[in-house]
Amino acid sequence: MALSCRHVWDRISEYIDDTLDAQVRADVERHLAHCEICSAILDSTRNIIIFMADDRVFELPLDFSKRLHARLDDVLQHEYPEPREIGPY
Amino acid sequence: MTNPAPVDAIEPSSERALITSIIAGDRDKFHLLIRPYERQIYRTALALVKNESEAEDVVQDAVLKAYRKLASFRGDARFSTWLIAITLNEARGRLRKENRTTFDSLDERSEESGDYTPAALTDWREVPLAALERREIRALIQQAVSELPETYREIVTLRDVEELSVNETATLLGISVSLVKVRLHRARMMLQRKLVPQLRLTAKPEPKRRIFGRLSWL
Repeated sequence: MALSCRHVWDRISEYIDDTLDAQVRADVERHLAHCEICSAILDSTRNIIIFMADDRVFELPLDFSKRLHARLDDVLQHEYPEPREIGPY
Repeated sequence: MTNPAPVDAIEPSSERALITSIIAGDRDKFHLLIRPYERQIYRTALALVKNESEAEDVVQDAVLKAYRKLASFRGDARFSTWLIAITLNEARGRLRKENRTTFDSLDERSEESGDYTPAALTDWREVPLAALERREIRALIQQAVSELPETYREIVTLRDVEELSVNETATLLGISVSLVKVRLHRARMMLQRKLVPQLRLTAKPEPKRRIFGRLSWL
C-alpha cells in the first residue's frame, strides 16, 4: 500500500524500534526509498535517540560517587535493612 | 578528585548472593551492589528533576531507600529496574512536593488523535557523536528533555535514556504497552521538532574548503 508522508511520520518511532509488522514496515521502506523529507526526519529522530542514550549527555557531577558512598556509609554504620514487608516496590 | 570508572554489572546470580549476604548482616557489601548502577539512576534522576544538585539528592535518597527496603526486593524484576522504580518515585515525590508538575488528564484516545508535524530539515542528516563533546550540545539535549511534560519525560527517560524495553517501561509506569508506544512516539516527535532546528544551528559541519583562497594565485 502506498503511504502518505503523514502515515510514515506516525510510524517513525515504531519503525526505529522495529515493532511494525512486516507488511507495514515494507510499505514504510518503500516510501522512504523515494522521499527525501521522510528519510531526513527518520535520520534526525534516530540521531536524537542515539544522543540520549550516550553517557556524556547526562554525565555525573564531580565527586558524585564519593558523596553518595559517604552518605551511604553513615547509614550502613547504624542501620540494618528493614524486615521484609509487602510494599509498593 | 573525580568519579571512579564505570563498573560492569554483576552477574545476576552473584547479585542475588550479594543481596542475601547484605540482608544477613554484611552491610558494607551494599556499596558493591549499587556501584554498577550509579550512573544509570543519576541519568534517570537528572532527566526527571531538571537540575544537577536536585538529581544528586534524589539518587542519594533513592539509594538509601533501596538499602532500607532491600529485604522487600522480590527478585522477579531485575535489581536495576527495581532501583529505577525507586528513583522514579523519589523524583516524582519531589516534583509533587514542589508543585512543579503539570497534571495531565490525557486519556489514550485523545493522545492517539494528536497531530504532530516533525521538523523536515534535509541538511541535518548526520550530526556526528563527536558533537557531544561540546557542552552546549549536551545542554540543548538535556534542556529539550527537561521541557517535555512529565508524562512524556518519564517515557523518554526510561526508554531512550535508560534503554529499558517497552514492556519494562509499561510495568514501571503502570500503563499499557500500547500507551507506552503512543507516548514514546509523541515524545520523540516533540524532541525531534525542538532539537533539529537547534542542533542544525549549533552543530555546524566542518568549514567548507576555501577554494578561492587556495586559488588566489590565479
